[in-house]
Amino acid sequence: MEDVLIEKKPAIAGNSFSGELQKTANELLQSGEVELFIGYEEGTRFPRPCFIASTDEVGKLIFDDRCTGNLAVYLTRKDLIGDKKVGITASYFALRSILRLLTEHQIQLDKLVVLTVSAEKEVIRFATTDDITAYLQTAPIPVREDDKALIEKLNAMSREERWEFWSAELSKCFKCYACRAACPMCYCTKCIVEENRPQWIQPWASTLANIEWHINRAMHMTGRCADCGACGAACPLGLPIHLLSHQIVQEVTDNFALDVNQAVSGDNALSTFKPEDKENFIK
Amino acid sequence: MKKCFISLAGLQRWLNVLIDTQKHLYAPVNKGAKVDFGRVASADEIVFDHIQTTQSAKSVAFPRTDVLFSYEKEKGKVQLENADLTAYPETVVFGLHPCDAAGFNPLGAIFNWDYKDELYNARMERTVVITLACTKADEYCFCTSVNGGPGNTVGSDIQLTPVKDGFLAEILTEKGEALVKADEAAFEADRGDVKEKYLVKLPEKFDIKTVQEKLQTAFESPIWKAQSQRCIGCGACAYVCPTCACFDIQEDAHGTKGKRLRCWDSCGFALFTLHTSGHNPRQTQAQRWRQRLLHKFSYMPDRLSVRGCTGCGRCSRACPVDMNIAEHLRSI
Repeated sequence: MEDVLIEKKPAIAGNSFSGELQKTANELLQSGEVELFIGYEEGTRFPRPCFIASTDEVGKLIFDDRCTGNLAVYLTRKDLIGDKKVGITASYFALRSILRLLTEHQIQLDKLVVLTVSAEKEVIRFATTDDITAYLQTAPIPVREDDKALIEKLNAMSREERWEFWSAELSKCFKCYACRAACPMCYCTKCIVEENRPQWIQPWASTLANIEWHINRAMHMTGRCADCGACGAACPLGLPIHLLSHQIVQEVTDNFALDVNQAVSGDNALSTFKPEDKENFIK
Repeated sequence: MKKCFISLAGLQRWLNVLIDTQKHLYAPVNKGAKVDFGRVASADEIVFDHIQTTQSAKSVAFPRTDVLFSYEKEKGKVQLENADLTAYPETVVFGLHPCDAAGFNPLGAIFNWDYKDELYNARMERTVVITLACTKADEYCFCTSVNGGPGNTVGSDIQLTPVKDGFLAEILTEKGEALVKADEAAFEADRGDVKEKYLVKLPEKFDIKTVQEKLQTAFESPIWKAQSQRCIGCGACAYVCPTCACFDIQEDAHGTKGKRLRCWDSCGFALFTLHTSGHNPRQTQAQRWRQRLLHKFSYMPDRLSVRGCTGCGRCSRACPVDMNIAEHLRSI
């Protein structure tokens, strides 16, 4: 392979916390407390999800700063999990998604061992939802540096400019639904875009039909989104669609008396009335 | 086949002449942080130093959404109007790599299997393919494992190979010759450049014969479930693929009139095989993943004598969970 001009992106040197994690996963599998362990392994360029059912395979488990994909997406996959007792290494955002999935009664904590690795390289096992909430309130929120400039640009735009921006971006979408597939909150067995009696959303790819889809998705995410960015990261065309729901997190925080952490563990903002909700948008 | 030399300036001048003669020119352009095909208004927009565009060039002949016919109901009568094939533009697609040009072969085989698809064929008739041979590759490329290569000319009307100070141009078809005539002065005499010297050397990642033999008896193999565990069932792989041709038929209806549309679909979607009865013959992602690989590497070679893969590696680059197809094929 020496004379081959193959371009390979260098792996970002992350803080590797894999050793402790492998030990914990090994114990969980050996004791039978867990039958399937969901974690990350090395991939072609970036770490990828892996599923470990035997202690022989725990050696490939890794966890570091590059492990940003939201593994909570697999927790509602019946064909994968069935009735198994499952362990998971959850990133900061996956923990938020797990809280939300619990609130929406999609998963049960009695069959789930939730682990994370703290910034201090400690493997943390959560016993209750309160433990997860407490951890999320103290752990630093991972920052996506790449998004900062675009968010600032979007915030500085007028409504018309924003419409122009999103129309241009969304016109490129070819509706592969990677955004939906990568999202832990998109667990519906039948998506609204698949409904055809009546057909709420035009299912083909065109500017209008794409905008219909993404606005619908953003509305369905409102108050539920963990802001993990998995939808945007999954988009093969690199459309910054995760910023639609990211910006809505702020709207929810400002208008529905929920802070960001509460927004993922409390009631669903758009289907719950609270006396403190602002009504200043009614004109 | 005729060989010439063309400088970058000469190339840009020639392409601009083509644009001036009302041809739609599609070429790799910058789109945000990615490079993808787009219609260009001037040759200087074209990007040359990328490894692979996000999407293949298949949409020039098989657009993501295409009108099959339109209709209007009036006083009990239905007026039908077929898509106007004569309105399709004369198109030049430039800068695609040999793996993409090779993709038009399986794509054409599917669209002419029994029924001759007029829309696809009319678009292809009006399309001239100018490929750019590969001087570099990345870890996802595997054209040499599927009988392709960085300088493979299958499907090209003209192939350019970047050489010292310009390009070696191979004029391969009559369509290519006709296109050269638009500005013949831009082309210079062949400098005797040895093409192979400039091409990237890409070792084979697997032996395709062995893979295809193994697939013959692999239908019930547990490997499909093992490989597909992380697959999240989106259509990214199919939509960026130069040979994936599955489509859905949809109706854009507005009261008494409307259009019937053909739009991209993917065998990776759960809905793809769902019957009206509620029965789904491919209930799990493992079955859908098996279908994807067997279709490309077993059913298509058996039925159409073409393979449904050209080794472009796009599916693996696009996959949110790194379903690396070459790695999976190797592990069967």
